[in-house]
Amino acid sequence: MVEETLQRLQSQKGVQGIIVVNTEGIPIKSTMENSTTTQYANLMHNFILKARSTVREIDPQNDLTFLQIHSKKDEFMVAPDKVYFLIVIQNPTE
Amino acid sequence: MEIVYVYVKKRSEFGKQCNFSDRQAELNIDISPNPELALQFVERNPVDTGIQCSASMSEHEANTERFEMETRGVNHVEGGWPKDVNPLELEQTIRFRKKVEKDENYINAIMQLGSIMEHCIKQNNAIDIYQEYFDDEEEVEVTEEAPSAKTINVFRDPQDIKRTATHVSWHPDGNRKLAVAYSCLNFQRAPAGMSHESYIWDLENPNRPEIALKPPSPLVTLEYNPKDSHVLLGGCYNGQIACWDTRKGSLVAELSTIEFSHRDPVYGSIWLQSKTGTECFSASTDGQVMWWDIRKISEPTEVVVMDISRKELLENALGAISLEFESTLPTKFMVGTEQGIVISCNRKAKTPAEKIVCTFSGHHGPIYALQRNPFYPKNFLTVGDWTARIWSEDSRESSIMWTKYHMAYLTDGAWSPIRPAVFFTTKMDGTLDIWDFVFKQCDPALSLKVCDEALCCLRVQDTGCLIACGSQLGTTTLLEVSSGLSTLQRNERNIASSIFERETRREKILEARHREMRLKEKGRAEGKDEDQREDELVVDLDGLVAKAEEEFFSVIFQELKKKEAEAMEKKPKQQRKSSDMDDVEEREGGSEEEVEGEEVPT
Repeated sequence: MVEETLQRLQSQKGVQGIIVVNTEGIPIKSTMENSTTTQYANLMHNFILKARSTVREIDPQNDLTFLQIHSKKDEFMVAPDKVYFLIVIQNPTE
Repeated sequence: MEIVYVYVKKRSEFGKQCNFSDRQAELNIDISPNPELALQFVERNPVDTGIQCSASMSEHEANTERFEMETRGVNHVEGGWPKDVNPLELEQTIRFRKKVEKDENYINAIMQLGSIMEHCIKQNNAIDIYQEYFDDEEEVEVTEEAPSAKTINVFRDPQDIKRTATHVSWHPDGNRKLAVAYSCLNFQRAPAGMSHESYIWDLENPNRPEIALKPPSPLVTLEYNPKDSHVLLGGCYNGQIACWDTRKGSLVAELSTIEFSHRDPVYGSIWLQSKTGTECFSASTDGQVMWWDIRKISEPTEVVVMDISRKELLENALGAISLEFESTLPTKFMVGTEQGIVISCNRKAKTPAEKIVCTFSGHHGPIYALQRNPFYPKNFLTVGDWTARIWSEDSRESSIMWTKYHMAYLTDGAWSPIRPAVFFTTKMDGTLDIWDFVFKQCDPALSLKVCDEALCCLRVQDTGCLIACGSQLGTTTLLEVSSGLSTLQRNERNIASSIFERETRREKILEARHREMRLKEKGRAEGKDEDQREDELVVDLDGLVAKAEEEFFSVIFQELKKKEAEAMEKKPKQQRKSSDMDDVEEREGGSEEEVEGEEVPT
């Protein structure tokens, strides 16, 4: 089931990679190579926690549902959960 | 404790000793209250008083000491693994991962997150929300804003003994670096222990210079080679020329020998346009302009003496204090002198005497800056004494445009490389003036007080937006001008060129009129038949005097003979003899006077 979902995501146009990270920053599953995965996992992890704490500090009832970082070359999308984060890197082709 | 004041009195002068004694209190006056006075007053009820009910507060200011920051990178390494899992062991990590994947929580989470993610991915693919929609529309013209400039950064001399920043040069590629030359220009007043170093600053880091250059004597000028951005040319206070290669370090790569160098500080040094990119020339107040090739810097390749009488005599030479060279006119160069004269020279002249083409005089003091207009090279800017003047090569008698006399001495000036009508000047009171003469001719468009001490040098970056100015205490300030002053305005080039032409024409007309008036004066004084000799100004005084004497004596003798002849005919012999002598004497005196009277005006 999990595999199917991830496959479906991977097959979408422009998707470059998918990483599943847990709250400690350990990459559980990844479609990219090890070094890249580690780098992304570590960097994103801090960022996600910071974003989440920002949202909650402004309004404690609120919570982070989705995070998108749109850069010149790619778009990093993060879907956070209580225990895991799903990170997708997409290159939106125009 | 030191004794501040000593007061001496003789014991015999002391007088009687004071003997104090106690006494009962005595009542001297008792004034009792008089109720009748109260009738003169009216009780005031209610009474208005202001009260403030707030917490009393005090104001304090605190400034932290400057925090030294450094930029460093951080490297991410793997982490976060639980204690029992060794991240280097592939087996253990795989096992851990498999365990997690079997967790139900994990499966649910992924399903849920997956659907959200899919939605967003599809959204991204459907529409690009960051697309430029109005690309083909032209940019709206910038509205007329008041010209302004703001300080971006300040680079302070890290040495304790502060030196003047005498020259600033921008890095030729990218303009991210500044080379600043530091020296003390007060004659023989450089404090002992003053460092000779000059620095190259990186614009990102104002706290510490990037490279220090160590010359044998403080540098007065410093220039980057426009062709090779690693090579710098420096002119020293003791007259030597030094050359650095930043790849080789901070010690001098090449140094000219003292015997063949200048005898005074080198005030101007410029790189020349040559195929090899190794030629440069320098000027100094000893009156010489020398050409060098840095591959063989021990001797100059050529020396020209700034003697305007064209006799190549060093004693008559004028001290050069600024140098100008435009790469579009490679055979010409100009030298600004301490005596306020600009000398225009031709490098390719055959004889040394012909090197000096013409002179322009008009300043009362040394010409500290000299630069041709980058758009119209026939016109050039000079800065000296209390004015800045614009000249045209065609008009040699005077400048075509000039600023009013300021309160403070002007120290440096430069044209803007983007706008032909804009130039910058710095003054001894620490102000930077930005002039825009299509906007206003009598006052600067913008006048900024940059610092409290005198500003000594100025350099505009090639983009025209950034200006670096160096002050007397070694502080280099980086300013950014507003876009209005650094973008070419509509029609500006035509307007500027028409202004230059108009002013040149005006000066020419004035010159012609002056010349006519001078001719008329001369004509009147010398008499009508000497009209043709107006060109000969050099008069041989001795010859004139001799000629005058001859004429004088000849006229006298003629007169004498005439009188004698007349006297002989009219009077009897005896009377003639005595009266002859008297008459002759009288008439001699009289005719002498007459003749003298005629001779004097010549």
